[in-house]
Amino acid sequence: MALDQDQVRKIASLARLQIDENQISEYQTNLSNILHLVDQLSAVDTDGVEPMAHPLDAVQRLRADVVTEENQREHFQKIAPATAEGHYLVPRVVE
Amino acid sequence: MHNKTIAEISRDLAAGEYSSEEITKDLLTRVSKLDKDINSFITVTEEQALAQAKAADATRAAGNASAWTGVPMAHKDIFCTNGVLTTCGSKMLSNFEAPYDATVVSNFNNAGAVSLGKLNMDEFAMGSSNENSFYGPVANPWDTDRVPGGSSGGSAAAVAARFVPGATATDTGGSIRQPAALCGVTGLKPTYGRISRWGMIAYASSLDQAGTITRTAEDAAMMMNVMAGFDAKDSTSVDRDVPDYTATLDNSIEGMTIGLPKEYFRDDLSADMQQQVRNAIAEYEKMGAKVKEISLPNTHLAIPAYYVIAPSECSANLSRMDGVRFGHRCEDPKDIEDLYCRSRGEGFGEEVKRRIMIGSYALSAGFYDAYYKKAQQVRRLIKNDFVTAFNDVDIIMGPVTPTPAFKRGEKTADPVEMYLEDIFTIALNLAGLPGMSVPCGQVAVDGGKQLPVGLQLIGNFFDEARLLNAGHKFQQATDWHLKTPTGI
Repeated sequence: MALDQDQVRKIASLARLQIDENQISEYQTNLSNILHLVDQLSAVDTDGVEPMAHPLDAVQRLRADVVTEENQREHFQKIAPATAEGHYLVPRVVE
Repeated sequence: MHNKTIAEISRDLAAGEYSSEEITKDLLTRVSKLDKDINSFITVTEEQALAQAKAADATRAAGNASAWTGVPMAHKDIFCTNGVLTTCGSKMLSNFEAPYDATVVSNFNNAGAVSLGKLNMDEFAMGSSNENSFYGPVANPWDTDRVPGGSSGGSAAAVAARFVPGATATDTGGSIRQPAALCGVTGLKPTYGRISRWGMIAYASSLDQAGTITRTAEDAAMMMNVMAGFDAKDSTSVDRDVPDYTATLDNSIEGMTIGLPKEYFRDDLSADMQQQVRNAIAEYEKMGAKVKEISLPNTHLAIPAYYVIAPSECSANLSRMDGVRFGHRCEDPKDIEDLYCRSRGEGFGEEVKRRIMIGSYALSAGFYDAYYKKAQQVRRLIKNDFVTAFNDVDIIMGPVTPTPAFKRGEKTADPVEMYLEDIFTIALNLAGLPGMSVPCGQVAVDGGKQLPVGLQLIGNFFDEARLLNAGHKFQQATDWHLKTPTGI
């Protein structure tokens, strides 16, 4: 599976990654090579094989619906790039 | 003092041969003098280490010491350490002082261990050469022009260079066993779920597992006694009894059946590497083990399946790095999209971006069945190969890597060539099985230099004690684990 340059730009946008325009062709080559590697899977007969999500086929544990964590907002927000009045600050989203 | 193993230091401290403060200072001095050539540490926590050592000596003086009290070690920089820089080898987290300790870190703190600091690694554990770190490549102590392997390259190099007797590490596709093999040290990747991953920065959640890098299997058993166990904070942690891993080290291995997968002894393994592995198997036969050829027919599909599953999971896990709550944030974002895209574009290195993009593509609308679902089906076929094999054998053995340590820059041009480095290690992660790398020989490379070779031991689910037993018996009979890089 070879990607074209527009597909590379689309994927970068889906992944919220800014990629320099002069690097697009390098990503195109490398990503296409990786997809070529994984394309070997398409030749495998997997009819009736249950997809394996967990090595031990475990399921999520449930716990009682009670509060187990104390509020540490100030502690956690100390390492944030920008906060105010207990909120994380980002550029304006809604005008 | 720096040549001592964890077990020896533990005994020496108990006998009063030296104090924890003395050996901690000795090792810190060694790191400050010699690590500039190796680059195994990202952060040295000298003050904290000395405080922990003094506290350990006080605990011992009060008569409350246990096996780990005052024993020095270090953590891979993927484990969160409260108030201490935790970078995961990335510019994205180059300002991230974790607000809490990982369970593994707490376990060592509670056991009285002394941490010297945080060890270098491939960015977000993605790589097989430690060339993907924002903090620069790590050199292999056996030949500083060569790579130590990855992603736990700092852990393996620090143990090989005798900076610490043991280090924590993690393994998603070979990241403990491959660097251990390339650096001539012992690496154990336990069963998926055996050790808590709480506070261990996630790469591919269905594959990631914490483990150990040490000089000996005995030391790995001592680390496992601290690390293994159920943790309610990790939803993938397995609630199952933990044995004393040191108690069975000396068990006889007479009658043990070793499976040799024919797919692991093909042309991609050079003749001299193959000879070292065969010699090691012969050593086991001398000890009374039996050998049986087996087949793991889907081995060739492990790398393709991994490069769908791991990138898909990493694209989800790394979405939390968005420049909002912690980590790198771009200057003057013009809107929220710009904030996300530029923070991530600036903060992540090339290999991380490639894997995120592969994952985003594989999970995007219309491609899910062809990639992720297909890979998860193939994953079951790979696991079934092992389940069938373990009906007939007790342990599986083979090489860890196709070649010894390669030169820096040798495999960076084509990512796929680097991926093939993990051909013998990746299937275990897909299956969830435990595996171990034990030094088993050396091969000569250009200029007559000798480089270490690793033997891989693969166990059934939760059979870590058997791996450690088999590794220990081998190390009682051979001295490959005692070989030291020149100048170290």
